[in-house]
Amino acid sequence: MSVMRNIKNKAAIVGIGISSFSRDSQQTELRMVCETIKAALDDAGLTTEDIDGLVKQTDDASDEHAITSSMGMGNLTYFGECRWGAAPSAMVMRAAMGVATGTASYIVVYRAVNGSSKRRMIPSMRTSGQMSTSDLLQWTFHAPFGHMSEAGRVAMVVRRYMHEFGIDSNQFGWVPVVCREHGAQNPSGMYYKKPFTIEDYRKSEMVVEPLRRLDYYEEADAAAALVITTAERAKDLKQKAVYVLGAAQSMVPETEEQNSYYRRSISGLPEMSHVGKKIFSMAGVTPKDINCVQLDDSYGPFVPMQLEELGFCHRGEGVDFCNGGSRIRSGGELPLNTSGGSLGEGHLYGMNHVIEAVRQIRGISTAQVKNARLVLVASGAGSPASGLILGGK
Amino acid sequence: MSMAYDTEHPVPMPPILWDNKGFWDGVKKHELVFQRCKQCGTWLHPPRPACPRCRSFEKEWSPSTGKGTVYSFVTYRESPHPAFKAPYSVVLVELEEGVRLVSNMIDIKPEQIYIGMPVEAVFDDISEGLTLPKFRKVG
Repeated sequence: MSVMRNIKNKAAIVGIGISSFSRDSQQTELRMVCETIKAALDDAGLTTEDIDGLVKQTDDASDEHAITSSMGMGNLTYFGECRWGAAPSAMVMRAAMGVATGTASYIVVYRAVNGSSKRRMIPSMRTSGQMSTSDLLQWTFHAPFGHMSEAGRVAMVVRRYMHEFGIDSNQFGWVPVVCREHGAQNPSGMYYKKPFTIEDYRKSEMVVEPLRRLDYYEEADAAAALVITTAERAKDLKQKAVYVLGAAQSMVPETEEQNSYYRRSISGLPEMSHVGKKIFSMAGVTPKDINCVQLDDSYGPFVPMQLEELGFCHRGEGVDFCNGGSRIRSGGELPLNTSGGSLGEGHLYGMNHVIEAVRQIRGISTAQVKNARLVLVASGAGSPASGLILGGK
Repeated sequence: MSMAYDTEHPVPMPPILWDNKGFWDGVKKHELVFQRCKQCGTWLHPPRPACPRCRSFEKEWSPSTGKGTVYSFVTYRESPHPAFKAPYSVVLVELEEGVRLVSNMIDIKPEQIYIGMPVEAVFDDISEGLTLPKFRKVG
């Protein structure tokens, strides 16, 4: 029996659906999920009967059975969950593995949040009754000291990064500025026609030093879904297939749910480094071959760190790489988050980054990169991470 | 200046589990203790059931000197919880034993905190049921 060496070129994204981003969807997440799945199926030229697999994010409000019941899907032979901010790329990896092994034929990956309206809350991990033992063991050393916001936990790592590499917090502004420039061109995003300048950034108030209000995401209401099948089947479908060339997850020792404080060094993102090595090696390409990147910009200062860990520049040079924005703008050498990402399109916990990678390869982005053939997606900065290299043929 | 609390709202209690009980029992007695592996001597924090170096499940609670330096810090300009009055800082202290602890400083303004600042542990009896290990600048 032959062993599959890896999943390079075995699977392709063949359909995408994404809602608009809003502050109040006036809908349940389940309704938004069903609508975006329908859109993704229409996009692919498939029907609900074709779907035999679903992959979801652990905290997503819509369970698989609610979707199959609502949409009249047939028998599922593959379903499962991926966790944390690392979910989006990892969900694509799981789905690719599902079709590559023949466990299912057409798998839908989905995600919806009413993060802004909280019409139905995302299950909160922050009340002790619901917390896992592992999270409690972290929380016990944070909460009594008032270290209670996600932004605060990130800020601790960012401060150390600034200290080790001599960075001033003003220098972090170019990532949010460029993401908003891209988002300002995207009619379905939250910030269409609403760019801001580096001066606006520098005037933005400190929420938890060294992080400003404009350094991190705002909650949004939105949903997205995509359909994956084998590379073979993809050839016969409606859209230009977007192949999974590299896919990886990484969790390293001394990890906590987010922002590990207890490793020897906390100023890097070692998971992202592992993800990068693996996806470049699987895809057989190098950072120089990548036409644009969709990185985790939930927290802007993590973007330069990702550029370093993924090999686009050396350690400590990420901030210089982004300085002035010319390299990371659409038209630059490595356009970043061309739909706007979390900071410029809206926060869908990284799913919109995957959708945008597909749009780039299809040539339908609102900030289209000329001849985009290879796009890198990274999910889960500052936590267990995952990543993809997607490509067209 | 020290951490200011709004007494109308209780400070969130640390969830106590079998794995971390020794730490909080020590704090209550104004002793800073950390888990130490009985087999290889590695200091462990946060506490956990086994030693990641030698995989032993045999551990003991050992006293720390309480001396260390500020490894990183943040300043909350907006409070995420009504018990804590902003602005206040949260520090990550690296102790002599090599472990790091999230905490607060006493007798200092947020602007005066810097990475590398030498500190020592003190104990803040916040309420009848809650004592917290905090730090103050040395020298």
